[in-house]
Amino acid sequence: MAGFIARRLASAVLLLFATSVVVFAIFEVIPSYNPARAIAGREATAVTVAQITQKFGFDKPFYVQYFNTMKLIFTGQIIDYQDNLNVVSQFVHRFPVTLSLVVPAAVIWMLVAIVLGSISALRAGGWLDRGLTVAAVTGVSIPVFLLSATLLYLFAFRLPWFPNTGYVQFGSNPAQWAYHLVLPWLAIAVLFIGFYSRVLRSNALDIVNQDFVRTARAKGLTGRQVFIRHVLRNSLMPIVTLFGLDFATLLGGAALVTEAVFNLPGIGQYEANAIGQLDVPPIMVGAMFTAFFVVLFSALSDVVYALLDPRIRISS
Amino acid sequence: MTEQLLEIEDLEVSFATEDGVLRAVGGVSFTVSRGETVAIVGESGSGKSVTVMTLMGLTRSPNARFAGTARLHGEDLVSAPEDKLEAIRGKEIAMIFQDPISALSPVHRVGAQIAEQILAHEKIPRAAALERAIELMGRVGIPNARARARSYPHEFSGGMRQRVMIAMALSLSPSVLIADEPTTALDVTIQAQILDEIRQLSAEADNGVIFVTHDLGVVADIADRVLVMYAGRLVEQGSVDDIFYDPQHPYTWGLLGSVPRVDRDPPRRLPAIPGAPPSLLRPPPGCPFQPRCPHAFDRCRELPPLAPRLPDAGHLDRCWLTPDDKRALRETDGRIGLTEGAAS
Repeated sequence: MAGFIARRLASAVLLLFATSVVVFAIFEVIPSYNPARAIAGREATAVTVAQITQKFGFDKPFYVQYFNTMKLIFTGQIIDYQDNLNVVSQFVHRFPVTLSLVVPAAVIWMLVAIVLGSISALRAGGWLDRGLTVAAVTGVSIPVFLLSATLLYLFAFRLPWFPNTGYVQFGSNPAQWAYHLVLPWLAIAVLFIGFYSRVLRSNALDIVNQDFVRTARAKGLTGRQVFIRHVLRNSLMPIVTLFGLDFATLLGGAALVTEAVFNLPGIGQYEANAIGQLDVPPIMVGAMFTAFFVVLFSALSDVVYALLDPRIRISS
Repeated sequence: MTEQLLEIEDLEVSFATEDGVLRAVGGVSFTVSRGETVAIVGESGSGKSVTVMTLMGLTRSPNARFAGTARLHGEDLVSAPEDKLEAIRGKEIAMIFQDPISALSPVHRVGAQIAEQILAHEKIPRAAALERAIELMGRVGIPNARARARSYPHEFSGGMRQRVMIAMALSLSPSVLIADEPTTALDVTIQAQILDEIRQLSAEADNGVIFVTHDLGVVADIADRVLVMYAGRLVEQGSVDDIFYDPQHPYTWGLLGSVPRVDRDPPRRLPAIPGAPPSLLRPPPGCPFQPRCPHAFDRCRELPPLAPRLPDAGHLDRCWLTPDDKRALRETDGRIGLTEGAAS
């Protein structure tokens, strides 16, 4: 176990380093990219721009700039060029919003995907399965911005059941918090429900034909016991890995479209703005933030997988 | 008179496939009595596994069609509703499968897997079921059973896994035990041990055993009666002595002839039955063995009945040849076999 953690830590450091270098390098090669002008503002004189270039060190070689930026990030002093806000404290403030969006959405998509995938597998080939297949493919194919906008139009504008965007802190009013987040949760969950229920269905249909499922039936277990204890138990294992990665990227800000459409002040929204303005510091921090969660959750899903499947050992 | 446990009459199983209707079992009848071991022999695809799995309702699917009856203590298993079968499976009829590594759940401890079967049929605390599982594992010769009950199947050797399967199958003292090629996936030395185990434990339980195999050595070792299946039909049935010393059907001759013998010089090539088993989608008219049988004649285009050979009413076969013909034709080089290319 100690070796496992050490190896994962080493790979985390490597991945964070590689991610930061690549992201930084991308902005070096964008032709029209000039951070000094962005900081100086629209009306700035050439002298001001030159001063800023000097002050921020934009005229220094690539590796010096990279090193300075990383130093600012790890000392928590990095500011964005657009609004002169401290990037790290922005992330700290905004992360609860993203958590509020992603965690319940993940619970919803897992539960619904397990139920729908199981129904599909049990009724494979029947009309219910076909209907769910069509629904799942639709859910996977529909772009998130379109789905989000459609949900808003239908259930906040046409039928004013839910508020038209906005965010209420959980601490100030939990009911309002949930009320404001129902549509965003759905917008995120639909894609994953479609995908996960398909994966579960095909896993389950593979497992059903395994010999040990026949043994379970031969023991005299009821159909429900056979399905839950043997078929579902084994079908869920590959989903653990999928879930770890999807959940990690969403926490890192991958729900940026949803946050933008529903005007949720999470890190995704911050990232979306930063990308629009070519504002390097938030993008750097965001990329490393995501990379951190990907490493963390892929290690966690390996641990969970080893707990679920005794044939897998995580050490050595 | 021994008690008849299982009475199978005209059992037919067919499956609807994309290429048409596949008749896997075509009208099979036999009985199993208490204390008796019945072996079903035949090559792959002869319908022997489908026959025994149908007895447990394990071949049921939307594409499967069944006819005939299989009565256990007078109750028909073929038409029984699923919940009734669930109560019978594992308790009245239990099964040992061919490959014990894939037949055991990879993610559950073996003790729990045995206990699961007990709990499916008896309302007892889980701890008590586990205790019985440990005791059963000890009885089938698994050393250190208490500790091993907490192991997973992949931590056992092949032979030990099959012992777990046996412990599971016998956990509720079923009246019928079905063993579907239980030794095929094992080393020869382990095979003998497992056969001994099955023989001894089923003698203690005084149940009926159906033993499916393609290994005639195993048949001679364990069976009281033998059923020979070919292309979904019984072609011969009789006592072990009937089948080994006085086989009536040319297919049985071929089976016996293809076994190497230790009391003879080995032949340059082991004799094989020419040709391949017929398609079950489009079976040949008449006797199913006729296309491969060197002794076939005109009448074989009509299906012979499974008829007793007088005076021994327990020995039946499905062939048009007269007993005298058979005796003359089955000897090749002083041993039983199927003469290749003999004129008819």
